[in-house]
Amino acid sequence: MLRIDAMRAIYPDLEQCVVVTIMGAVSAELQSIGHRPNFFYLQHAMGLASSMGLGIALSRPELPVVVLDGDGSILMNLGSLTTLARYRPKNLIHVVFDNESLLSVGGFPTATSTGSDIAEMAASAGIPNTCNVDNLGAFTDSFATARAAGELSTIVAKVEAKGPPVFLTDLPLLENRFQFQRHLRNLRATG
Amino acid sequence: MPVSVKHSQLIYDALKACDVQLVSALPETWLVHLIHMAEDDPEMTLVRLAKEEEGVGISAGAHLAGVKSAMLMQNHGFLASINGIVSLAHLYHIPLLMLISYRGEFGERDPWQTQGGMSTEPLLRSLGIPYDRLDDPTHVASRIAKAQTLAESSLSPVALLLGRDLMWED
Repeated sequence: MLRIDAMRAIYPDLEQCVVVTIMGAVSAELQSIGHRPNFFYLQHAMGLASSMGLGIALSRPELPVVVLDGDGSILMNLGSLTTLARYRPKNLIHVVFDNESLLSVGGFPTATSTGSDIAEMAASAGIPNTCNVDNLGAFTDSFATARAAGELSTIVAKVEAKGPPVFLTDLPLLENRFQFQRHLRNLRATG
Repeated sequence: MPVSVKHSQLIYDALKACDVQLVSALPETWLVHLIHMAEDDPEMTLVRLAKEEEGVGISAGAHLAGVKSAMLMQNHGFLASINGIVSLAHLYHIPLLMLISYRGEFGERDPWQTQGGMSTEPLLRSLGIPYDRLDDPTHVASRIAKAQTLAESSLSPVALLLGRDLMWED
């Protein structure tokens, strides 16, 4: 499975959610499919996308929040799985694209390449719904199930270690940040 | 335990007066009463962390979602948060109200706290983080309010160092 195909498959659903992504390939590929004001790309601070998603989900329980994480990033902040599980916001779906490598910096293998299982760790941390999927059909099914469940879910999607040729996009970080904040404010005003 | 309940309450009331609705925390001796106050307050969202850097992400998410927050941590927690402060809060201009218990100063008896005490202010200065001290109970409410005002207007992290004279009753 290619990560961009997985994101394309759930894109119509992502348009209805508040989305926080990690840096690198996830950010560049989602922007290549189409940027939306409800998408925030955390272009550094590896490991903190899940924490940001938790902060948004707890602050705005009426909004469905999706975090698009990666194996390299979540491995830098495994404690976040325990914090997510502790507060288990019903409005948060945590997707981890696991390509078993640090693709953006040359493809060095991460510990998931030698058997560490992020879905098992999430389950052991106490996240109520977790799964490993390795094909597009299973991914879209698990995402739809998570959306319907109304309960915290971590979906680990095994994807190929392939990404776009460049990670730089034409969306400045601060433009993204202020647009996203304004969008969330407007959602409150109109909600 | 001679941590001042009265002064912890002053700090907590000042946070409430600033409309802080979410507090992230990692327990440390001087912060116990503050954490219990947040826990017992039905209007406060308390997020107990595994590591303090998570709190940077949580506060960033809360800010973008329109909720004011504060972070309770020991100065070693500040040290553990620095990458998040630089590569999220500074990079994206996110206000953070950091209340840092200032261990390792004059009067410190625990040898393990001393090195962190010596690094705290030099690191705050080198990161360009505005900070002030909380030692005198009469200053608590105004300094917390002013710190939050600057954080929100400058869209930057600010720090308040909770001193021994305020937090500890020998």
